[in-house]
Parts: sequence; structure tokens; C-alpha cells
Amino acid sequence: MMTQGLNAFVIGMLLFLVASGLTLIFGVLKVVNFTHGSLYMMGAYLAYYIYGITDSYVLAVIIASAGIAVFGVFLERIFFRRLYQSNFLMQLLMCYGWILVLDDLVQLMFGAEFQSMGMPSFFATAPLMIAGAPIPLFYIFLIGISFLVALAVWMLIVKTSFGSKVRAAATNTSMTGALGINTSLLYAGVFALGAGLAGLAGALAAPVRSLVPGMGFSILIESFIVTVIGGMGSIGGALVAAILIGVCRSFGSVGFPMFTEIGVFALMAVVLVLRPDGLFGKGAQR
Amino acid sequence: MTKISLKRRRILGAAASLGVAGASLGFPSILRAQTAQTIKIGIPTIMSGRIAQLGISSTNGAQLEVDAFNAAGGFNGQMVELLIRDSKGKPEESSRLTRDLINSDKCNFILDCDASNGAFAVHEVVRGTGTLCIHASPEISTLTADPKMKIPNAFRTARQGAQDAIVAGQYAAEVAKQNNFTKWMTIGPDYAYGRDTTALFVRYLKHFSPSAQIVGEAWPKMSQPDYTEFITKIMQEKPQAIFTCLIGGDLVSFIDQGNLYGLFNEIEVFAVALADFTTISKVKAMPKRVHSGTRYLSAFPNTQANKAWANAYSAKFKDSPTNWSWQAASGMDFMLEAIRQTKSVDSKKMSDALRGMQIKSPFGSKGMLTLRASDQTLVDYATGWGRISNKLPFIENAKMADWGVITDLELKWKKENGWA
Repeated sequence: MMTQGLNAFVIGMLLFLVASGLTLIFGVLKVVNFTHGSLYMMGAYLAYYIYGITDSYVLAVIIASAGIAVFGVFLERIFFRRLYQSNFLMQLLMCYGWILVLDDLVQLMFGAEFQSMGMPSFFATAPLMIAGAPIPLFYIFLIGISFLVALAVWMLIVKTSFGSKVRAAATNTSMTGALGINTSLLYAGVFALGAGLAGLAGALAAPVRSLVPGMGFSILIESFIVTVIGGMGSIGGALVAAILIGVCRSFGSVGFPMFTEIGVFALMAVVLVLRPDGLFGKGAQR
Repeated sequence: MTKISLKRRRILGAAASLGVAGASLGFPSILRAQTAQTIKIGIPTIMSGRIAQLGISSTNGAQLEVDAFNAAGGFNGQMVELLIRDSKGKPEESSRLTRDLINSDKCNFILDCDASNGAFAVHEVVRGTGTLCIHASPEISTLTADPKMKIPNAFRTARQGAQDAIVAGQYAAEVAKQNNFTKWMTIGPDYAYGRDTTALFVRYLKHFSPSAQIVGEAWPKMSQPDYTEFITKIMQEKPQAIFTCLIGGDLVSFIDQGNLYGLFNEIEVFAVALADFTTISKVKAMPKRVHSGTRYLSAFPNTQANKAWANAYSAKFKDSPTNWSWQAASGMDFMLEAIRQTKSVDSKKMSDALRGMQIKSPFGSKGMLTLRASDQTLVDYATGWGRISNKLPFIENAKMADWGVITDLELKWKKENGWA
């Protein structure tokens, strides 16, 4: 019971790391960023590359997150900002185009074969026993980082002047602009933050996941499930939804192994029936 | 000046006329001559996406054999040319491309290097056209085991799932007997290949070791990024050994994540697809007691011919060969040998020659490969299992399978299915 409970957290927090950037960008920019999975992939590959050169995992994570954030600014300024007033299909097409470009770019640079980073020596130890349940040190590290990210993003949005401007822009962009706030800069900042979170998630996942062109696709689906259950745009909702999915997966694999995957989708269906905007979506709050 | 301009115009005009005449009269004859000098072999395969390595390493393997054939003068001065097309792993695309290769590109033969689902589409196309086809990648057993699939012009040089399962079951049962364990668990990808391979392995494990018990099974989906739930499930079931048919990056992720939990400290691992250069070289921390079927390793079979082939491949393509490479190379070798023996490029004559053909090969268990006449599929290839390390040559004391045992059990399996 304890093992599965702790594993629910491990699974959930990894999911949250990836989904947080996606839900943030949607919440503020109202862009369903289908390139999020590709940014996650880029983060993983960049970390793999930096780790290969420097042998420093910390440096790899920092550079990968920052690098993808900068790339996010490039994407937003040159491409996505032109589509804020366009319909959803145009955004989807733009995202799909970038998914193809980024997958091909990674394939060109690193080859079609999968790559493996390997576990940094500091974490390559026996798992810790917590209440009789084995938990790898690396996963404890990931859980810690995830909580820090959740806390930092929440504080940034709720407690800072940047956050209040972001919330204002999310509610009424034209009024925010009329008040003299540079909304273009604000949007670029939010997109960079969301992209950076995707890059961070990729870099943190790189030691335990195979790196392959197209790896962003499977994680994108999981991220969308998290954001839909939690309520699109809600960081807190994403956190709760990710843990719920973690519980579903962890206990489902023991209790009903043939239906674990279905269980996750059933959870999403139930939530959408009861609360069409997700657990913490704006509709649910009204 | 005007005269010069006029003269220039006339010259240009005449040149243009000659060009048009040349294009309409001369070039086609040149093209015909080129066509006559080329034997075209079409290859539908997967060259993009997550398993592009399948197409890349298959076509590399085939190209190596073609280069040697052409360097030796080809067939009566006719060179072989490979026309490679990307099916993207979509059966409908495999079907369309194969038709185009035969009808539009005028390919003489098809070397099918597609995955199993695409192979059935290719098979149906060549069933209609009568073009000689060798399936070099699909391992699904029914493609050649089920007599309903049999056509006179299609052969298979890819290993067969049922044969693999017999070899795996026999080896695993012997290791279990030596180490006195009976509790097994399986983890395989949740699609046709995973389900079939696991079921066949369990069948033959129990055949060779009746005391074996399967205490649990896990079915992650293909390309599952996180295996935590399955790892903890295995730890709770406490098996003494696990069998897995996870492949490529999925297998490496499972091992990497399992290592974090110390999953393999007390469990013997049997991973059918680990011993392939491109997979095994990616495992950074190999567990202590891991066994694998031999997919492609230069040390298995441990012969000079096999090492030389692996070296030639690596020198040319700056990469290591895979299981798909030797299968495609073998398909190409059989095709080229059929041309030599029949002294023709006629599909029917070559098909008749291929049925039961034996060739010398670095991939043979005894230096020879056979295209078995009864089901037109490859036998006598070097296959076995051994204990794995993560240093070259990657495999220790590999045990070569006995083709007598494989053939007997395969026949019984076919009879049970009403196929023999």
C-alpha cells in the first residue's frame, strides 16, 4: 500500500512537471500549444548533449531549461504572436509544422536511433526505504523539484506584480494594454516560462527515459489529460490531476492491470461529465 | 552586327531543334539502354519516424551485398539498383508504394523491409502481380506459417516469432533448472507482437520446464515513457525471473528505471531483443544476470566470416549492423544467387530456384542458410541465447540453438493450428 502510494506521487509529479508549462501557456495566452511535447524533447536532447560535454547534470538541466526558454521567446515573437487572433485550426497547423521541423532537426543532429543519457553517478545508488517502500533517490529529487516548481509558479502568478499583470492580461488584454502595460513582453515572458518548464521536464526526465525523435508525442497526450482533468490554465488543477492519474496508474497496475490505461481515460471522462471545464477550470469556479 | 545576331539566332534555333530531336529520339534510346543495364529491386520500408532505424539498417545491409555483386561485374554486365521508398509504417502506403515500384518504376523484384503490418499489404500486392518478393523484416509467424498466406513468388528471410520462442523457452528452462527457480513474470508491449511473443515463450518455457509458474504479467503500451507502475508491480509479485520482449528504447528505459529500484538485484532477466548492437550499446548500467536472444552480434556466430561482415558494414556506414541488417542482406544474397543460378531475371524461374535453396552465409548456424521449400521461409540461421554484459563482445558463452529441436516443435505447433 505504501509502495503504491509513494509511486502514485512519483508518477504524478513527473506528469505535473511536463503539464505545468502547457497549462500555463493556455491559461494566459489561450494558445493550445501542441509543440509542448517537442519542447520537452528538445530539453531532453539538449541536456543529453550538455551532459555529454560537461559531465555535469546540474549544468545540463540549467542550460537545457534556459535554452528552451530562449527558444520559446523566438517561437512566440516570430510565429505564435501572429496567431493570437486567428482561429484554433491555424494555431494547430502552426504547431504541427513545428513538431515536424523539430523532430527532423533532432533526427538530423542526433540520428534516428534512440539515445540514452544514463544516470548521474550521484543518483546511482540503492533506493531509500521509506515506511518499508523502496523509493529511488532520483525520484525523491524529482518530487522535490516538482513541488518547488509548483510553488514557484503559483507565487509568481499570485504574489508578484508580474503575476498580477499576467492575470490581468489573461482576463482582458486590450484593457491591460490601454493601461500602459507592455502585453507583448508579458506574453513573450509567459511563453518563455512555459517553454522553459517543458525544457526542464525533458532535462530532468532524460536520465530515465530513452531519447528518440518524436518522443514528445506520447508525453503530449499525457500532458493534455492532466490539463483537461485539472482545468485548462490552472497550475493547482494540473498538480491535483497529475497526482490523481498517478494514483490511478499505481493502484490500477495492481488492482486491475488490464484496465489501467482505460482507468485514466475513464477518470477524465467522469471529470468532464461532472465538471466540463475540469476540476479547477474557470467554469467550475464560477 | 545585325548579321551576326541573325546568324546567332539561326545557330541557337538549330541547336534547339537538335535538342528537341535529341530529346524525342536520342534520349529515350539512351534511357532504354540504361534500363536494360539495370536490374531494379524495390524496397518498401520505414525510413522516417520513431523506427526509421529499421529502414536505414535494412537498406544498408542490402546495399552492402549489392555493392559486392556490382563490383564483381553484376549479371552479364547488368548492375543492380535499389529503389528505396518510405512507407512511414503505414500499411496503405506500403501497398501503394509496392504497386508504384512494380508498375511505374518497373522494378524486377521486391525486397520487403517493412514491419509486419506493412508486410501483409506488400504480400497481397505481389500475390496479384506475381513479382518475386522476399520479406526481410517481418517476424510475425503467420506470414509464412499459415498456408493461406502461401504464394509461389513470396519468400521470407526474416526470423520467425515461433522459432524464436522455442529457442528462448529451451534456454530459459535450462537456466531455471540450473538455478532452481520456478516463479516467472512477463512484461511485454501491449500489441500483437508483444502478446504473441510472450504467449509463445510461455508455451515453450512450460514445455521444457513443466514446473514453471507465471505469477504475473505486465503490459505497458508501446513507447511508454514511465515504467514505475510495472516495476513496483513486479517487485510485489516477487518472481525469481522475468521474461520481456520489450524492444529498443522501451527496453533500455525499463532497465534504466528498474535499476533505480534495484529491481534486478534478485531477479534473473530474459530479454529476447537486448542483444542487438544498437540496443545493448545504449544500456549504461547492465544488471548482473541478464540473458538475451542473439539478434545481431559480430561475436555470434563466432566466425571470421561474421566478424568480417560486421567490420565491412561499420566501415561503410559508420554504424553497427542490426538484426534487420543481416535479414535484409540474406534476402538480397538469395535473390542475387537466384539470378546467378537461373541466369535470368524472370520471377517464376527464380522463385522455383529459391525454393529449398542453400547458400553460404556468415549468418548461418553452420555457415549455410536454407530457404525451406515447404513454407518458403529461412531456417538454419544462427540463433541462440546467452548471458549478456555491456562490454564487447556483449555475450558470454552463447548457446547455439539446435535446428532439429526447432523444426520438430515448430511442426507440432503448426499441426495444432491445422497448418501442417
